[in-house]
Amino acid sequence: MSLDLIHKNVMWNRLIAVVEEEAQALIRTSFSTSVREAGDLAAAVFDRQGRMLAQAITGTPGHINSVAECVKHFLAKHPLETMRDGDVLITNDPWLASGHHNDITIVTPVFFQGQAVGLMANTCHVVDIGGRGFTPDGRQVYEEGLDIPILHLFRAGELNETLVEIIRTNVREADQVVGDMFAFTSGNRVGADRLIAMMEEFGIDDLEDLAEHIIASSREATIRRIAELPAGTYHNSVTMDGYERPITLQAAVTVTDDEIHVDYEGTSPPSSYGINVVMNYTKAYTTYGIKCVVAPDIPNNAGSLEPIIVSAPEGCILNVQHPAPVALRHIIGHLLPDTVIGALAQVIPDRVIAEGSSALANLQLRGGASVAGEYQGEVVEFEMMHFNNGGTGARPTKDGLSATGFPNGVRGVPVEATEAIVPIVFWRKELRQDSGGAGRFRGGLGQVMELQGTDGMPFDVLAQYDKAEHPARGRDGGGPGAPTRIELKSGKQLRPKGQQSIPPGDRLILSLAGGGGFGDPFTRDPAMVAEDVAGGYVSVDRAAELYGVVVDEHGTIDEAATAVLRG
Amino acid sequence: MSRRLAVDIGGTFTDIALDLDGAIHPLKVLTTHDAPERGVIEGTTAVLAAAGVDPGSVDQIIYGTTLATNLLLERKGSPTGMVVTRGFRDSVEMRNENRYEQYDLNIDLPAPLVPRKLRLPVTERIDVRGRVLADLATDELDGVAQSFRRHEVESIAIGFLHSYVNPIHEQRAGEILSALLPNVEISLSCEVSPEMREYERLSTAAANAYVQPLISRHLRRLEEQLHELGLRCPLHLMLSGGGITTLDTAQRFPVRLVESGPAGGAIFAGSIARELGHDDVLSYDMGGTTAKICLINDGHPQTSRSFEVARIYRFMRGSGLPLRIPVIDMVEIGAGGGSIAHVDAMDRIAVGPESAGSQPGPAAYGRGGRDPTVTDADVVLGRIDPDNFAGGAMRLSADAAVDALERVVGEQLGMDATAAALGVSEIVDENMTSAARVHTVESGQRVETKTMIAFGGAAPIHATRMAEKLGISRVIVPPDAGVGSAIGFLRAPVAYEVSRSYHQRLSSLDVDGVNQLLDSMRAEATPVVEAGAPGVELHESRLAYMRYIGQGHEVGVELPIRVDTAVVDGHSAEQFMQAYEKEYERLYGRGIPGVDVEVLTWVLTIATDPPAIEGHRSTPSINHPAPSLTRQLVDPDTGEAVAASVFDRSRLHPGDAINGPAVVVEENTATVISPRFAARVGSGGHLILERT
Repeated sequence: MSLDLIHKNVMWNRLIAVVEEEAQALIRTSFSTSVREAGDLAAAVFDRQGRMLAQAITGTPGHINSVAECVKHFLAKHPLETMRDGDVLITNDPWLASGHHNDITIVTPVFFQGQAVGLMANTCHVVDIGGRGFTPDGRQVYEEGLDIPILHLFRAGELNETLVEIIRTNVREADQVVGDMFAFTSGNRVGADRLIAMMEEFGIDDLEDLAEHIIASSREATIRRIAELPAGTYHNSVTMDGYERPITLQAAVTVTDDEIHVDYEGTSPPSSYGINVVMNYTKAYTTYGIKCVVAPDIPNNAGSLEPIIVSAPEGCILNVQHPAPVALRHIIGHLLPDTVIGALAQVIPDRVIAEGSSALANLQLRGGASVAGEYQGEVVEFEMMHFNNGGTGARPTKDGLSATGFPNGVRGVPVEATEAIVPIVFWRKELRQDSGGAGRFRGGLGQVMELQGTDGMPFDVLAQYDKAEHPARGRDGGGPGAPTRIELKSGKQLRPKGQQSIPPGDRLILSLAGGGGFGDPFTRDPAMVAEDVAGGYVSVDRAAELYGVVVDEHGTIDEAATAVLRG
Repeated sequence: MSRRLAVDIGGTFTDIALDLDGAIHPLKVLTTHDAPERGVIEGTTAVLAAAGVDPGSVDQIIYGTTLATNLLLERKGSPTGMVVTRGFRDSVEMRNENRYEQYDLNIDLPAPLVPRKLRLPVTERIDVRGRVLADLATDELDGVAQSFRRHEVESIAIGFLHSYVNPIHEQRAGEILSALLPNVEISLSCEVSPEMREYERLSTAAANAYVQPLISRHLRRLEEQLHELGLRCPLHLMLSGGGITTLDTAQRFPVRLVESGPAGGAIFAGSIARELGHDDVLSYDMGGTTAKICLINDGHPQTSRSFEVARIYRFMRGSGLPLRIPVIDMVEIGAGGGSIAHVDAMDRIAVGPESAGSQPGPAAYGRGGRDPTVTDADVVLGRIDPDNFAGGAMRLSADAAVDALERVVGEQLGMDATAAALGVSEIVDENMTSAARVHTVESGQRVETKTMIAFGGAAPIHATRMAEKLGISRVIVPPDAGVGSAIGFLRAPVAYEVSRSYHQRLSSLDVDGVNQLLDSMRAEATPVVEAGAPGVELHESRLAYMRYIGQGHEVGVELPIRVDTAVVDGHSAEQFMQAYEKEYERLYGRGIPGVDVEVLTWVLTIATDPPAIEGHRSTPSINHPAPSLTRQLVDPDTGEAVAASVFDRSRLHPGDAINGPAVVVEENTATVISPRFAARVGSGGHLILERT
């Protein structure tokens, strides 16, 4: 009995290693920066019913929890009994997978002793998928590139060459996109081989008992955590800039003995532009936000996700229907953790964080003849995507993290590496003073970037930023983070969303939002305020104004003056 | 007669190995943390006296230390300042903008070694092609020097953008600051780590500056005291990359001393692999706190150009400081004899990375430790004899081990102490197995075909079980495994590696440019090695890190350049392409036709031959010795106790053969032979365990 239990737990650990190997194999062979540099991917293993058993440590929540939903759609169209060894299935349907065309999901059935025992799957962001490119400017999903329904990429080991030819002729970087599809396929292959080796080693014929064990123990552990929370319904709303008008995300979080139900009734209708969110993606970031607060240490799988139920009225911006445009759905999706965490703050204030800049700030730039106008100098065709982050919200006992992604799990790209491949010079990329919300614990700082075309070449920015009008709110008396700003060095303000020009010789200045503060800033330890001033995180003026601490630029505190200000 | 001395300062012990014409005289003394050189002097005195060797007759001392690692880990280096390009004050604080742990909202990020108030920007800018876009504002350096004086900075790192292409601004700023602050040490990023990617390069330069004053002083004191002791030979240093170098170079680039002890362990395993003729090896070193795994192909430990030191969160990738230096490529996880077990929220047993260390130590030590550890599990499972631990020097309490396992694990899971111990041991073995497997895959290799070489206090206890999990069928436990790292120092070549970022497409290879680059690298590395090995024949190897254009990860390829000319010519591009495709196919199955290949980094190494290794491949005649006793050993495969023969290693002879289940006991460890393995003693004294 106990040996059986030990073996099950060993195999559980092993499954996590299996999917991590899958992820590492595809990172090392993939082409797109979003996968190989930024780690914008998910890799996971599923049982025969399509229940996710384990996910790779490497990855990002929007993809992981979406792929968990997506595999069910594959099985609905192609029941496991009809699959053959060597089959590989593919889709990028936003409504079936992770919410926009750039993400490709690849599913591979795993055969052992002639029987299909489970599935390996991954979802990754490819560099291009045709259409307008990675911008919110589309008005229908048809403008946002090629749609691949659930199809065979390989049928019993044989490549679907028709499909590959269609993809090849519809995307901008054909070699890279097709190369990536092979990389994702071999990632699944590596995972499948390891899974089979594990089954041989432990002498099991199927995954059924193991799956039941993983799912039941994760479900029960999650339910135990939920049962510790006070039952009731807690409301919160977050208002964001949107594209053409502000958008309100309205959440009702109902906690019962054995589940948490998040409902988005009252949320704004869709936008006319590509910032809308499909239900899969809404579920993904909602469950992620809940999990971070309620059960962060419990592995993410079908069992631990089961007690968290998400609903949104059909047709609202969090559950849009075809053919709404969805390319930049992350701008809203990334705010869902803040939305649900804000509701839970009412019952577990010591386990939540303040709001952060949250939405990943991609620096998407385009250069070349189509944007150069009458510029006489050298013009280079390029498309650049550079991942950047503002600050995260402060925690109950710690400051927020500066220039760090939450909830996205991606990594940034070095300036030197970017300058090596595109004709852009960064004149500044550093923390933004006074951008962290004031508080007993300070919000994380945003960052400022200043960019120019090489030798003054003009270029366009495909802006996709939020928090310009609605900065991150503090919690429990903490102040707001600084709002996003986007402007030209010559002084003109730009719109936070949409394609715009940077004229010859001018520079783009992008100031990313800070995170909200936590607790009353007048209760912050004056020594911490002094350290912040000495380091230039907070200015002398703001230290006095927001924190009531009188301190010089070297961090020397005027005790008497501080006592007067602090009363 | 050759007399060489190797010293490895570790966290708990300082290991010494005196090599007299190949005969090893080992000694372990406690590390003296307040003044590490004291332990070295005491141990050296003792080992020389015991062997009757006159200090003046010693030919060479090779020294490795965890001191640099500990200064970084404990943040106990000197007050350090940084000078950076205006606009880029925070490269080392913003890192790669990533959270290394996805779900924990309370993580801390690794704090930069240099706080923001001491990271001072100056106006200057060089672009990616090396053109000066903004001149260095030399007048701003007066103010910088003033600030550093006010904060009593002892060491400075200068790191400007693209200095790996054009170092002129860093060099100029270094000269000016050195005139203004004559007693302050200065590290230039273009010298410490001349490679693209500002976070890694500046982090490495900062680490170098941060440890430099203390390491420099320590090495000078050590040299003086060794001299006073009567030693007249040169003091050489073990580097993290597996080569040894001179005192001068070590003082300039002390960051290259990080993890030199474990590097010695890998060299040790590499020398065993060469001695026994195994070309496909996994080295497995497990001590009290961590386990280290390294791949060794053709007798050479796999190397890497980057490394993460001082991880602050469960040894998790991303929670430490990146160093871009030549290193032996190892994966280190929190799994050792002292690793603590507990039960998690899903009623699963979890082990480590927290360790009970040597104080209070495992519960069985009876020094106040109450938490069950891997060592406690090993006692309960019959792998460690509590009455004969550390050569009988220490008596362990099996009752305390049983009690800790029952109290923390057994009661919650409804298991007796034996089942709980089995669970703890299986989980820690699985953790190490997973790390080994992922590391092997990341290197594009298969694990099942490898031979495992196990050393360090805890590795031989767990080696056969790990081998079973990995599908490995041969395990070697060398003699003197307890001082393996120090022995490794004695078997390392004098070597120095130089790397440069220089972007080239193979379709338009600049032959003259590459030759100039290789010449300048050669000119930098050769004098360093000649100083450490005067008059010895040197070898040069050259690697290029290449990838298909569009990919993000490079593959290191040995450059097919004729040894006699050492020059790139008109045919080279095609030859490089063929070498790259061959290596890519070996790693990932098939190449991608029609895509151009680019080179990002060039690496040149100058080295002596490693000391010759005597092959021990003869097969002595077989003899079946009688066990000294039998004891009950629990088999993790079945959970059942079986009767295992116990042997004393010091009484075994070449040719002796032992069938599992058995335990071979020696002073600092015990080798567990599972029922599915059989062992024989090789002619060099190695225990060779093979799957039956």
